[in-house]
Amino acid sequence: MAERIMVKGNEAMAEAAVRAGCRLYFGYPITPQSEFTEYMARRMPEVDGVFLQSESEVAAVNMVYGAACTGHRVMTSTSSPGFSLMQEGVSYIAGAMLPAVFVNVVRGGPGLGDIQPAQSDYFQSTKGGGHGDYHLIVLAPGSIQEAVDLMETAFRLADNYRVPVMMLADGMLGQMMEPVVFPEYVKLDGINDHSSWALRGTDGREPHKVTSFDIDPVRLEEMNTETHKVYEEIRSKEIRFETHDLEDADYILVGYGTMGRILGSVVKMARKQGIKVGLFRPISLWPFPYDELKKAAKGKRFCTVVEMSTGQMVEDVRLSVEGALPVHFYGRTGGMVPTPDEVFKELVRLIG
Amino acid sequence: MEKATYKKPKSLAEKEFSYCPGCHHGIIHRLVAEVIDELEIQGKTLMVAPVGCSVFAYEFFDVDGTVAPHGRAPAVATGMKRAMPERMVFTYQGDGDLAAIGTAEIIHAANRGEKITTIFVNNAIYGMTGGQMAPTTLLGMKTTTSPYGRKAETEGFPIHVSELLKETAGIVYLERVSVSSPQEVIKAKAAIKKAFIAQKKGLGFSLVEVLSTCPTNWGLDPVESINWLNENMKKEYPIGVFVDKVGDIK
Amino acid sequence: MSEHLLVAAGFGGQGVMLIGQILATAGMFDNKHTTWLPSYGPEMRGGTANCTVVVSDEPIASPITNTPNELIIMNIPSLIKFEKEIQSDGLMVINTSVVDRDTIRDDISIIKVDANAIAEKLGNLKVANMVVLGAYLKKTGAVTLEGVKRALEKKLTGSKATLIDLNIKAIEEGMKSVT
Repeated sequence: MAERIMVKGNEAMAEAAVRAGCRLYFGYPITPQSEFTEYMARRMPEVDGVFLQSESEVAAVNMVYGAACTGHRVMTSTSSPGFSLMQEGVSYIAGAMLPAVFVNVVRGGPGLGDIQPAQSDYFQSTKGGGHGDYHLIVLAPGSIQEAVDLMETAFRLADNYRVPVMMLADGMLGQMMEPVVFPEYVKLDGINDHSSWALRGTDGREPHKVTSFDIDPVRLEEMNTETHKVYEEIRSKEIRFETHDLEDADYILVGYGTMGRILGSVVKMARKQGIKVGLFRPISLWPFPYDELKKAAKGKRFCTVVEMSTGQMVEDVRLSVEGALPVHFYGRTGGMVPTPDEVFKELVRLIG
Repeated sequence: MEKATYKKPKSLAEKEFSYCPGCHHGIIHRLVAEVIDELEIQGKTLMVAPVGCSVFAYEFFDVDGTVAPHGRAPAVATGMKRAMPERMVFTYQGDGDLAAIGTAEIIHAANRGEKITTIFVNNAIYGMTGGQMAPTTLLGMKTTTSPYGRKAETEGFPIHVSELLKETAGIVYLERVSVSSPQEVIKAKAAIKKAFIAQKKGLGFSLVEVLSTCPTNWGLDPVESINWLNENMKKEYPIGVFVDKVGDIK
Repeated sequence: MSEHLLVAAGFGGQGVMLIGQILATAGMFDNKHTTWLPSYGPEMRGGTANCTVVVSDEPIASPITNTPNELIIMNIPSLIKFEKEIQSDGLMVINTSVVDRDTIRDDISIIKVDANAIAEKLGNLKVANMVVLGAYLKKTGAVTLEGVKRALEKKLTGSKATLIDLNIKAIEEGMKSVT
């Protein structure tokens, strides 16, 4: 069995990226993800990779854009205000159909907010964020091990679909430690062969052009339509979620990321007292598991969505169940984390 | 046998330029392409076009290319160069792109000594968006957003990019040129060539600032524009070499 | 107890984060499920610091709690902050060298350790945290001493490796202090 290592979330995700074959990292320090940047500063030289601390998140995302143009695995990591600054570049990367991975270790907002864990960037991550018609694939790990396991998936999805992928974490996942088993180093032979379009110098072939741009609206519409065909394929193939104790449940809790994990404790507490509660934890936030959640919620008395926000994913949950059952919401914001006890109390109150 | 005295450089695409009559972008494009041909680097060059009139530059060169977000070309080029250090990477940027919205990116790319080359075209106005004030617009100059003439009191002063950049330690070649006479065109090409050689040798960051006309938005005909450039722009922006750590080239 | 929900709290610099990390890492070596969650940010620097450690025989859902069943208290502000939260029948380990007052709770077990004095006798005040950890381990048996030794070896490397023996000694003295 591979060795279990006690490691901080930020560092674990960074190591996982290295093992996934990422050799290009551009970033700017921001709490609570700075250990990610620091880890890459130490680690990249060991694997002949590139680490560059940019002058801003604006520059970092554009360095990612440039490196992604060459078709090599590239990433950046940041926290909420930094990701806001990156939106312009994210839109260009999505528009140009470039593979790249982003990690957002979300903190309290809006504005400067604070540095404690939050989930208030759900809208920004899943509904656009930057300008134009585009999506990121958004993955929300609930534990450090899951974050590590999803990192290679993130790069693979980015390569397969030529779509930027977001790992949506939060300050808790970034700062906590738990034992992790790292995967083997990925051998990249051919799995990210982008030679048909990447900018690597013509060496005699026809020039490649990579842009998010066409001045002719007819052609731009065609380009956007092509991109959306890819999004449709992703919607049909890349839904990820997890459920617990749903079969006989009367009530269903829905949460993602670390909140989804905390809800696992609520389920245990409730079951101990004979209350039949189940858990639905979306892992892919885009594409969102609308149909799967609808099926899971069938016949339940109500659904309660819990988030570290004033209510963002709850809108997708309502779209999923299409009014078939009441959807309640419980959230804390500003960096406050709902504890199992308070969620349980709320559940008891709702049951009445 | 007849000898060809004029032909399209190989590195220019078979495309008609979209630039206005009398605009200098065409000349500057050609000089860059000739340099790429002469250094025999066409197959290993990546270019980053800006946002502005030269947004289409990526189509006019027969090399791999992309368009950066407005002002971010030096960051995009940095990402490319770090990913492909053996390749030649250059950005082509106007004054709005480089000297207003992209100020941070150009200063830090230069200061890191990023091994890329920037061609900076300064015509003292925003062309693509229709003649608005640029950071390089001269005092007194009328634009659509300084309709009473640029005043230092309210709009600040023309920014001197080359003078600012010469203080950054990572820059190895920096020259301001003009292309308003045949002699100056020859000198400009030599400067561009030296800037590319600096990169080829892996010495650091290089930039050539080219003073350029914008007859359409200046409201002058092409000949008047050249006269205006000679009389006014060169006073504000004197041509010359600011940094040369490349030394003699053969 | 199959699940230890511990909050360790004190001033920044007293080494409460290290207590938590050693405990959680030792739990890993004992093949238990374990998490370490720090309070982070400005309060790490000079103010009070705390971390939450869960050591469990089962997979851990929530790494956070507002009802711990165990507390390690290294200063008075931490006592005031956390004594209200601990579960009935819980365990509180107090460093009495710093905390010179009693808890308002009478429904929990209390272990008092004069940790600074013991550490000073060992020649290094900095290992007071390990003395407290020793007392905690004696009472709870949350993880094995063998696991703790392996955790210290992982944590204290390079020039700090020479401090491993002192830390183990401090833990043993802490254990002895509990009668």
